[in-house]
Amino acid sequence: MKVRSQISMVFHLDKCIGCHTCSVACKNLWTDRKGAEYMWWNNVETKPGTGYPFRWEDQNDYNGGWIKKGSRIELKGSSKLQAFKNIFHNPNLPVMDDYYEPWTYKYEDLINSPEQDTQPTARPVSLVTGEYIDIKGGPNWDDDLSGSEEFAKNDPNFDKMSAEEKDGLFNLQRMVMMYLPRICNHCLNPSCLASCPSGAIYKRGEDGIVLINQDACRGWRMCVSACPYKKTFYNWETGKSEKCILCFPRLEVGEVPACMHSCVGRIRYLGVLLYDQDQIENVAHMEEGQLIDGQVNAILNPFDPEVIKAAKESGLADSMIEAAQKSPVYKWVKEWKVALPLHAEYRTLPMLFYVPPLLPIMGNISENGYDNSNHTYFTSIEKSRLPIQYLASLFSCGDEGKVRDVLKKLMAVRIFRREESVGDQSKPWVQKALSEVGLDEKTANAIFKLTSMCTFEERFVIPASHREMAIEMTKMVLEAKGETGFGTSNKPERI
Amino acid sequence: MSDQLLFSVFPYVAVIMAVVVTLVRYRFQKFKFSSLSSQFLEGKSLFWGSVPWHIGIIIVLAGHFVAFLLPEQILAFNSVPARLVLLEVTGLAMALLALVGLALLIFRRLNNKRIQAVTTTSDYVVLLVLLVQVISGIMIAVGHRWGSNWYASSMVPYLRSLFLLKPNLGFVVSMPWTVKIHILNAFVFIMLIPFTRFVHFLVVPFQYVNRPWQIVRWNWDPSRSRKS
Ligand code: SF4
Ligand code: SF4
Repeated sequence: MKVRSQISMVFHLDKCIGCHTCSVACKNLWTDRKGAEYMWWNNVETKPGTGYPFRWEDQNDYNGGWIKKGSRIELKGSSKLQAFKNIFHNPNLPVMDDYYEPWTYKYEDLINSPEQDTQPTARPVSLVTGEYIDIKGGPNWDDDLSGSEEFAKNDPNFDKMSAEEKDGLFNLQRMVMMYLPRICNHCLNPSCLASCPSGAIYKRGEDGIVLINQDACRGWRMCVSACPYKKTFYNWETGKSEKCILCFPRLEVGEVPACMHSCVGRIRYLGVLLYDQDQIENVAHMEEGQLIDGQVNAILNPFDPEVIKAAKESGLADSMIEAAQKSPVYKWVKEWKVALPLHAEYRTLPMLFYVPPLLPIMGNISENGYDNSNHTYFTSIEKSRLPIQYLASLFSCGDEGKVRDVLKKLMAVRIFRREESVGDQSKPWVQKALSEVGLDEKTANAIFKLTSMCTFEERFVIPASHREMAIEMTKMVLEAKGETGFGTSNKPERI
Repeated sequence: MSDQLLFSVFPYVAVIMAVVVTLVRYRFQKFKFSSLSSQFLEGKSLFWGSVPWHIGIIIVLAGHFVAFLLPEQILAFNSVPARLVLLEVTGLAMALLALVGLALLIFRRLNNKRIQAVTTTSDYVVLLVLLVQVISGIMIAVGHRWGSNWYASSMVPYLRSLFLLKPNLGFVVSMPWTVKIHILNAFVFIMLIPFTRFVHFLVVPFQYVNRPWQIVRWNWDPSRSRKS
């Protein structure tokens, strides 16, 4: 057993209000620069919707991620040899129009306008060419189902549905939506990394953050097409690819990543997971139906003395093991099993997990609107407004049973808490609901607590990063005083 | 005298400059080493420009290189007329392919607004140098037959003498102006490598073939940090 630590995340989708505060926090901090204006390392999508970039989930088009051929897995987009051919022109690369052309407004026209009869306007100008543009779309143009004819109806997760089923969903009375905030998943088997011909991308041993070395990147842009989540981006100004860095400069000093810190709905949890490195290759090769279980099995119990011993032998610091024991992510993913990875079928073993949303499911329409009568809670999951099939296509490789199990657990917690606080359910019924999904009262309370009453410290458990030791290993500490510790010493300029 | 300067001094200046500046930049300004691809801004016409250009020019360059290394063998190969014609036709076809690609790339760069936004003077210089090189090469191939033969017999000795640090102009002085331009421009090209996007072919990632799929890097060696 080779124990490794990974800082991973859980997003609780029932709590996301789609406010985009996370995206803006990230934008202000990292991507408010020339060439990066169009990048949203964190973005929030309305589902059903096409997302950003347009239909990113359609791997028949973008060819991202891994596929299994026989007993081996390989990059879907290109073999190593094909990569040399694709260097001249990468057929799978999304272009700017698949995202959107970034723009600003000529605000100075408002101030400098001479006196005239009409109001001055600030016309939009492209941030690439500087010319006036007609705005055709933006990174969240599908927000709240706006333009659903163009966006929601073209959601790749509907591709397997019949036209009738699809049309049914878009009856005004049945319309339903949810939000899906996305950042880089800092995968265990990252295809962005595997595809980089220059070897510029690497996974950090200490915390599993996947980074692109800007000095080593040569702009071959294979990672952009190989990441199935489209979370690496090409900076058209510097000629280098960039991606979410999980705010590692913040993490290293014990601060929470900006998107998580600013999250208004408090939907985000961050903590350490210990996993068995030796199992990863095996898991990545599993049959599609086993991928999620395999991944969760590879996550180790940080309280198990065997694991602690192995972790110490593998060189993990005590502070790391301690952080793993307090990790909220461990609870959601492994203990309670209510958080699932997004599109596990891409086989990158993403380490960002989602608690699927109950809300769009629950409000089942009967003849007279919402059906919230007692004792029909689980039935409302079966007859959900948003087909379970849809959620399953997002979170469980199409396995409806898996999503249903999670939703039932969440529902059972709800029934239990309703009895606790309102008292209009019958005790035996509540007990039955809990035992049917294998929960006891204590766990149900814990789930409730971490969902809605959690403190900042419970949501985010950041291990000490021990950079001081890292420096001690390589140079005299006193000499390193005053150094920034990250970044390059040159201006990021084109040649 | 000017021939001396141009053909036995300038090549050294060019090469030394290229090597020194490349090394310095690679050491201190690694960030600048990039393909500076513009596919993200415009992908369709890039395909018709970039692919033919690269395939054509790589094969033509490889031909120059092989003849430089093995001139006798090339001459022997060419002693059968059919083979000579085959070689010449292939070379010319590849050069034309490159020319078509290059023309498209130039057209694209001049006409696409987004591409214009990332175009610098050095990009124009690059395209001009390449255009001069390809056109002069094609003119030579068409006008002075059979290039593959006299390149091997008359030009390779000159290039080799440069290489051995005993420059011997030999036949160069009496060559037609197209050939002279082709040679001079080649050294201009070499000199420009570290100053332009040409750097990209110095960092072609051959190492990818043998690399493990995943790379993990540590700030410090975990086995040692625990003991410290
Ligand atoms: S989500 Fe994409 S960019 Fe992030 S680690 Fe996975 S493959 Fe790489
Ligand atoms: S800040 Fe939080 S609640 Fe708001 S959109 Fe982002 S993830 Fe959702």
